[in-house]
Amino acid sequence: MMHPLRKKRMQLICLGILGIGVALALILTAFEKNLMYFYSPSEIHAGDAPAKRPFRIGGMVVEGSVVRQAESLGVWFNLTDTANEQMVYFEGILPDLFREGQGIVAKGQMNKTGLFIASEVLAKHDENYMPPEVAEALENVSHNSEVD
Amino acid sequence: MIPEIGHYALVLALSVAALQAAVPMIGARMGADNLIMLAKPLARAQFLLIATSFITLIIAFVLTDLTVSYVVANSNSALPLFYRISAVWGAHEGSLLLWVLILSAWTFALTLFDKPLPLKLNADIIGILGIISFGFLLFTLFTSNPFDRVIPPPQSGRDLNPLLQDFGLIVHPPMLYMGYVGFAVPFAFAVAGLLNNQINSAWAKWVRPWTLIAWAFLGLGIALGSWWAYYELGWGGWWFWDPVENASFMPWLLGTALIHSVVVTQKKAIFKHWTVLLAIVTFGLSLVGTFLVRSGVLTSVHAFATDPARGVFILMFLAIVIGGALLVFTFYKPDAPQEPHGSALSRESFLLTNSVLLSVATATVLLGTLYPLMIDALGLGKISVGAPYFNSVFIPLMAPLLILIGLGQRAFWTNDSFRRLSNAAKYPLLATIILALGTWGMIDDTSPIMALFGLVLALWVIFSTLAGQIRHYRSSKKLTSPYLGQSISHIGFAITVIGITLVSSYGLEKHLRMSEGETTTFGGYEFRFAGASAISGPNYNGTEAIFLVHSENKFEARLAPQKRNYHSGGQTMTEAGISPGFTRDIYIALGEKINDTDWSVRLNIKPFVRLIWLGAILMALGAITALGFGNATKTSHQSQKSYRINTTTRISE
Repeated sequence: MMHPLRKKRMQLICLGILGIGVALALILTAFEKNLMYFYSPSEIHAGDAPAKRPFRIGGMVVEGSVVRQAESLGVWFNLTDTANEQMVYFEGILPDLFREGQGIVAKGQMNKTGLFIASEVLAKHDENYMPPEVAEALENVSHNSEVD
Repeated sequence: MIPEIGHYALVLALSVAALQAAVPMIGARMGADNLIMLAKPLARAQFLLIATSFITLIIAFVLTDLTVSYVVANSNSALPLFYRISAVWGAHEGSLLLWVLILSAWTFALTLFDKPLPLKLNADIIGILGIISFGFLLFTLFTSNPFDRVIPPPQSGRDLNPLLQDFGLIVHPPMLYMGYVGFAVPFAFAVAGLLNNQINSAWAKWVRPWTLIAWAFLGLGIALGSWWAYYELGWGGWWFWDPVENASFMPWLLGTALIHSVVVTQKKAIFKHWTVLLAIVTFGLSLVGTFLVRSGVLTSVHAFATDPARGVFILMFLAIVIGGALLVFTFYKPDAPQEPHGSALSRESFLLTNSVLLSVATATVLLGTLYPLMIDALGLGKISVGAPYFNSVFIPLMAPLLILIGLGQRAFWTNDSFRRLSNAAKYPLLATIILALGTWGMIDDTSPIMALFGLVLALWVIFSTLAGQIRHYRSSKKLTSPYLGQSISHIGFAITVIGITLVSSYGLEKHLRMSEGETTTFGGYEFRFAGASAISGPNYNGTEAIFLVHSENKFEARLAPQKRNYHSGGQTMTEAGISPGFTRDIYIALGEKINDTDWSVRLNIKPFVRLIWLGAILMALGAITALGFGNATKTSHQSQKSYRINTTTRISE
């Protein structure tokens, strides 16, 4: 027969471990499903990006590349990291600061034809703002070309 | 000249903070009462100096003093007066000054209510607050001085970020900071209590009101931020699990555990280590929040600074303050062994579970917020953790919490029986089932099971809280403020849950292209795009569209969403048109002009979205009610006793 105080403590510890275990299980499954990696157009070009999982892409909107569908909200545009371009399709309302030459980030997935279907387009509320991922992608390109 | 006064006052405040940090604590160690007595005047002097500094910065903004570089960067003379004043805390430097101002105001408030505190404990509390203030003043003066000059001055100032030109900015940051910074007070109490070996019921009784006030302010601040994002960002969302939102949410979550744990320490003199640890970590999370928001490691509207030196400073400060506090904590050995806990079924064990659930919830949010930063720092790639992660871990943790609220507040302290507790829960459970089934019949077949689940849990909390309140009133024959406050907060929480459940399950959103004169039906409403016309404001011009909304031949609302272009900076802003209502909000935001007649338009129907913020207001109101008026705590003790006696007699009957 356990000492009642010890028994109680054991109960509490078991409760704590159970709680943490459940939380860990939840976290791990949720993490597995919801992590999104970032890829630049050059990385997609090199075939690094996943084909069947959603991810984020970022770059500058290429001047003159924005094309609208006639009757709906569909829009095509190209993103560049100055070395490579990736075509993106999005249907919905673009953020206020979406414009040609602006750095943006989009969430979505590649389709079979190599078009990136965006589910969300993000541009931050500052005309001088450059998403850090995009800034780094651009920096990597200029770095590589210097080495070449 | 005026900015120099402000700058000088800030430098003086730094020296006063250094004295406040050192003198009273040294006095307490040496037993020199004359040094201890300096705590109060030093704290008050510091408050006056920082307030002076803050007022001079406000004057610089009101007069649009373009020789001050912070004014140039964030204001101009075309900005309306209110926004010129709130622009003071619209960016990094000024919001830091607001941070230290609020810290010194809390310290000042402490000096007004320090009568019951032992002299040495009080000296240490003021000293620890002095250390925090010193660190932040140093940070302000050396990395983020709002009084830096630009010579020669430019012709005109830039502008306050248009997003921030809003009523929300006037009230949201001060409210939030009152909470954030307010947790410095329980932190100081905790460390001082450890140093003086004085963690006991009396200590818990002193720290409890400060914790409740800080918690109430933080909750209101978060709710205001959520409301502001809802109407100002034009996305129709009220919570995004954005790292900056999480930064304020984490101290609130853990603070919720703290306000419950401190009650146990007060009433039963147990959970001492735990309460102290919660007080330390909650303030630690406030500092983590400040770091996340101010260091520029995150990208959001809130992250103004991109100067790495600032991030490094806050991180070091965090390590010193929290590391130091935890060090004191590890060396703490209570005099008397803790008295044995009660049985496994008691109010205490319910409150322990509350702590476990809330701490785990905080940890999951912390992980989701910091994980991308850690992966990036380790060079393992750039990832983001989206809202689905947070939803899928958070909801399963909140569901048991809601079930336990209903039981826990009915459970007796120390010892309770399963039989008695299920008897107490009988009627609320019955009422919940009846009402839930009734609602289930009313909603159509497509209604998600999650909606029913959320409603049942929230109704359960409401009914069992009401039952508990009625029972308490009957046995004590009066409303005692701690019990009433607890009931109000719990019902507030349930109301927020109902709002979240309904808006996430039944909210509708549609992006579409509309021409002027076109009519569309959506979610049972008829939307007519009546036309668009040019508008101009004090520092912007733009377009205003008119939408007429009808439901089954009844006129519902005339909405006027706008698209604004701000003159300086050339930023475009979306102003949503909202028809607020208790049962639903109709929300229209303009996308962009596609051609001469067509616009992209976002239509939203948000059922019961207001309940989310109404619940948050009730939670804060409950905390303030629980502070009580007059000698409320004493009354509550007595009533608790009479309650026990009454029930015992009832059982024996």
